[in-house]
Amino acid sequence: MPLELPKEKWTGKIGEVVIGALESEGGTRTSKVVLGGATSLPFLSFEGEYPNEPPIGMEIFDVVREDYPEVARKPFEDVIDDPGKWAKKCVEEHGADMICIRLIGTNPEEENRSVEDAEQTIRELKEAVGVPLLVYGSGDEEKDAKVLEMASNVLAGERCLLGLAEEDAYKSISVASMANDHGIVAFSNLDINLAKQMNILLTDFGVKLENIIMDPLQAGLGYGLEYSYSVIERIRLAAFMGDKILQVPILCGTARVWNAREAFKEDASLGEAGSRAILWEATTALSALMAGADALLMRHPDAVACVRESIKGLTGGGEQ
Amino acid sequence: MALTALDIYKKLPQTNCGKCGFPTCLAFAMQLANKKASIDDCPDVSDEAKELLESSAAPPIRLVKVGTGDNEIEMGDEVVLFRHEKTFYHPVAFALMVDDDSPDIESKVQPVEEMRFERVGQELKLDMIAIRSKSDDPAKFSSAVFTVKEKTSAPLMLISQNPAVIEEALKVCGSDRPIIHAATKDNYEKMAELAKSSDCPLAVLGDAGLEELAELSKKVKEAGVEDIVLDIGMKPLGKMLQELTLIRRFAIKKLFRPLGYPIIMFTQGEGLSEGLEVALGTMKYASIVVMKETDRSFVYPLLTLRQNIYTDPQKPIQVQPGIYDLNGPDETSPVMITTNFSLTYFTVAGDIETSRVPSYLLVADAEGLSVMTAFAADKFTADTCAELIESCGIDEKVNHKKIIIPGQVARMSGKLNENSGWEVLVGPRDSSGLPKYLREYSGQ
Ligand code: B12
Ligand code: SF4
Repeated sequence: MPLELPKEKWTGKIGEVVIGALESEGGTRTSKVVLGGATSLPFLSFEGEYPNEPPIGMEIFDVVREDYPEVARKPFEDVIDDPGKWAKKCVEEHGADMICIRLIGTNPEEENRSVEDAEQTIRELKEAVGVPLLVYGSGDEEKDAKVLEMASNVLAGERCLLGLAEEDAYKSISVASMANDHGIVAFSNLDINLAKQMNILLTDFGVKLENIIMDPLQAGLGYGLEYSYSVIERIRLAAFMGDKILQVPILCGTARVWNAREAFKEDASLGEAGSRAILWEATTALSALMAGADALLMRHPDAVACVRESIKGLTGGGEQ
Repeated sequence: MALTALDIYKKLPQTNCGKCGFPTCLAFAMQLANKKASIDDCPDVSDEAKELLESSAAPPIRLVKVGTGDNEIEMGDEVVLFRHEKTFYHPVAFALMVDDDSPDIESKVQPVEEMRFERVGQELKLDMIAIRSKSDDPAKFSSAVFTVKEKTSAPLMLISQNPAVIEEALKVCGSDRPIIHAATKDNYEKMAELAKSSDCPLAVLGDAGLEELAELSKKVKEAGVEDIVLDIGMKPLGKMLQELTLIRRFAIKKLFRPLGYPIIMFTQGEGLSEGLEVALGTMKYASIVVMKETDRSFVYPLLTLRQNIYTDPQKPIQVQPGIYDLNGPDETSPVMITTNFSLTYFTVAGDIETSRVPSYLLVADAEGLSVMTAFAADKFTADTCAELIESCGIDEKVNHKKIIIPGQVARMSGKLNENSGWEVLVGPRDSSGLPKYLREYSGQ
């Protein structure tokens, strides 16, 4: 007797957001990515669509501080002081689908790099790689307003993502993103209501829902991963059950792995630091995918490679 | 689907005799449906009805126990698909795979016996050993089992599809409740017999789809085996995820008994790929994952993932609030304060221990939240800290009134000083800075 499979009949569908504009579309990108589009939980193609393989972006910085973990630094030792070269290496050697630059050095309380310096960095980055770009500020509201406005203009026509919009700092970044038809990353920390509220704030302000990506905070393994896992699952389930305002692609980063000393500190009783950190990052990334992330931002090439391999294995899921 | 009161009523004698203590059969049925009465209270119920009711009351996924005594592992008995709906109860067991023809079995299984990690106050370790008969030789296999058994007390899984091989091994370890792996459509009769006579759980292997698997588990159950574990066989990762998910849904949403058992999964890849397979099984419904790698750098992150996924979403892992003595403090020792979130406490305490500076650490009841989270949620404030300093009795242990607070909450220092009368020193933001900080502090 054939079994009747317990399939879910969701009514919701995650919107699709395209990042990157090709020459024919007025940009200079040589590739683009599509985020979202799912009508099934991750990789469950037997009951819906999971049309777009989650792209993996790699994260770079304008400034690398002394405390940047050795394990993450090592694969890029030769290029880490040059964001353009760093990005190029991520794309050409490690197949990054996107590059996210975090302009932490523009923070007035840290290196306080000028907007002009940041502009130089962005121009170099734009030349160096053809993949879609994400540009994040330093988290200083006033400075970010100028930095992201600059980025929006310099990258006009390229269809980037600007980040991060936060509950109490979203207006100037929204203006910057709308000015040149870029997308925007809406940050919320581990709170489904806030995630929703962010999308409401942004759309009320004039940003189109099709231009929003949610970052609900991916905590690192061992440092709140379980909260992220469940918050993301809940966001995704609510979207499928019909909550339109949450039918927005989710982007998760593994950045917090690289703040969790346990992941990469030298401690023989926990095994060799390098391989531990890599699996730590890869596991964090996989948990984001399983919970519902539509795209990833990562750091270590080996972690990127094995997560990509897993994605291939998962999307080649097969029919039921 | 759980039975409704009406479904149950139909099976009762319908005489309304009242012997069950309820005025009518329907009233009794309603109590049964709400699990507030026991079917045994009706003396006239038919055996058939009784069986039906008992089986519908059984958990959607059977609880299966492997091993004995202190090392017994419970698996299954999960009730939800998503951890936020309640919690996941029985952490996936990690099993190490060894082959009977491996020349160094003893050293291979050593990590299961010896590798222990302490993380946020819990002990983490590998749980089981799976011994695979590659030789297909009963004597060789049972001698390997004997070797492993001598070396460890971890529960075992015996892997061979040859009943003669299993039978011989059961003579060595049959009373330890190993899992027998596996019954297939070709050998299930003999395997079921072995499982029944030794009272061991039996894995059923059906790699040709869930239908075959369900058929097989039904047959094994009809042959008298109750403790069953399901194995979908080697599949591409995507297929694996889909079948694991479907089995869980069949069990929980449809109460489909033939698939209402714990699931076992074997890794196929190597290195990082193997790691991610283990991770997948941990998140998505495996009850046992059998793996090959035992390097600490591999096992530790995966044990951490398991700990995360199986934490009750309603209860962060916490430590007792109060005063903690570290490195043998005396009345001149520094006093610090943090929250009772386990991760926070053990991180900070670990850093203080590294410093070797005798210290007191006050742990505030912040409902199990980290310093930053608790601060943002008003659960770790100048008021609550002042109250703890006053009530915990630290003033009787030290001859000074200086308290070191986490750097991230520097903002509370003025108010805390006002409220407590203690001098407030702002420590480093990350407790990894404490060894240096404390050495300078005590050098003063
Ligand atoms: C997991 C998490 C949660 C979990 C809670 C987990 C838990 N049990 O605490 C949940 C989802 C419930 C949560 C909720 C909230 N969170 Co929260 N959360 C986090 C997250 C991701 C990790 C926290 C963590 O576990 N850190 C690890 C522990 C070990 O850190 P820690 O306790 O601070 O300890 C370190 C230091 O403080 C220091 N230290 C500690 N003790 C001591 C003692 C001394 C003497 C010294 C010197 C140093 C020291 O050393 C430790 C090791 O580095 C952080 C982001 C991040 N990456 O930090 C946000 C974060 C802490 N949360 C934040 C916020 C705002 C909230 C919420 C208020 C809002 C929201 N939107 O959800 C709620 C409030 C909670 C509530 N009302 O119930 C903010 C805090 C912002 C701020 N500056 O105040 C953060 C920083 C996120 C962000 N970037 O916005 N959160
Ligand atoms: S004892 Fe049985 S037959 Fe009598 S009323 Fe109760 S349920 Fe009905």
